[in-house]
Amino acid sequence: MSASGRPMNALFRREMSLAFGRGGGPLLACGFYAGVAVLLPLAEGPDPARLAAVAPGAAFATLALASLLSLERLFERDYEDGALDLLSLGTPGLTVVAAVKCFAQWLATGAPLAVAAPLVAIALGAAPTLAPLIFLASLLAGLGFSFIGGIGAALSLGTRRGGVLVAVIVLPLFTPLVVFGAGAVDAFANGLEWAPALALLGAYCLGACALAPFAMSAACRNAMG
Amino acid sequence: MTDNASSIQRLCLDQLSLERGQRRLFSDLTETLSSGEAISLTGANGAGKTSLLRAIAGLLTPASGQVRFEGPDGALDAETARAEGLHLLAHLDGLKTSRTAGEELDFWARWLGGTGQIDQAVEAFNLKPLLALDVRKLSAGQRRRLALARLLAAPRPLWLLDEPMAPLDTSTRRKLAEVMQAHLHDGGMILAAVHDPLPFPTRSLHVGAAA
Repeated sequence: MSASGRPMNALFRREMSLAFGRGGGPLLACGFYAGVAVLLPLAEGPDPARLAAVAPGAAFATLALASLLSLERLFERDYEDGALDLLSLGTPGLTVVAAVKCFAQWLATGAPLAVAAPLVAIALGAAPTLAPLIFLASLLAGLGFSFIGGIGAALSLGTRRGGVLVAVIVLPLFTPLVVFGAGAVDAFANGLEWAPALALLGAYCLGACALAPFAMSAACRNAMG
Repeated sequence: MTDNASSIQRLCLDQLSLERGQRRLFSDLTETLSSGEAISLTGANGAGKTSLLRAIAGLLTPASGQVRFEGPDGALDAETARAEGLHLLAHLDGLKTSRTAGEELDFWARWLGGTGQIDQAVEAFNLKPLLALDVRKLSAGQRRRLALARLLAAPRPLWLLDEPMAPLDTSTRRKLAEVMQAHLHDGGMILAAVHDPLPFPTRSLHVGAAA
């Protein structure tokens, strides 16, 4: 294993144990997701045809909101208890810290939400044949939500009401993910070419993974100084 | 102490000035700390002792002047020197209350590049009975002992300590003094912000508006 592999491994395991530990973050996000999915038919009316038409779009919009829930605490806990200072003194550096944290956030929150997404869409009336694509698109979108959301979380460090600030910063940046994700599913449902939308979704996510850690590290440094 | 080319052997502060907000803490502080030396950092509350330690650790940008690290072959890249050669023990210990003391010590030892010195650290600070407990159940002194164990679990030459003795009982203070002296004997460096003098001879550096 490389020189910095061991510390990164240790950090990853710590992040996972914190995410799945007492906080119950993944369960909370899924509960929120299910809650909104239940509210939607009540607000929209129970007409199956109408619900089925909005199901993929509603599933993705809700997914974006559910991803926001635990983002606020991504760096804040470590910032408040001094751990971020010490994390900056490890050999891998803050950029790697940011990347590992977002990756763990994706596995802990994005992946459970991606499992829930097809269930929610089908419950809303989407055709069951859409399930695999909804799962795949949600999983990819979740990766983008984590890395882009991390920028908002890092920028809001040290502010009061950081959660609201995170939402204001990152929701506009979430739009391409929602557009391409729901677009791919919609295209598939209507028998159109769906691969390009999924490819754009993937490209946006990869771009976010490559660039966001640098922005997060700079924002964290700024907050610590 | 490992004597590879990237290990810190001297810390130089060059006409360092620090500001917090609009307030100038001190100006033109020049000091050198070499291998085997310890400096007690003294000064009134709010004089800038903690800020100086944070500036050396790269967490605070100096208003002017610079912090330099030198190795056996001359100047070191500051970022690498900090990432590989420096320990910071501050008031905020970075320990997660929901995890056990053992998990936290293990994580930090690995993160800071330790390779199997944990047992020695556990023994030095008598942590064995605490390892299975959640950090939230530890007293202030026990938490400090856990934080101190990092110094031994991941050997690094330069120790920046912010009031290391404060919450400790008498016997642990004595133990910490031994550990610090052993570190100096091995060629390490210690810069410690203190109010009560350390129990062994050190140079003293006073920070404050007058410095």
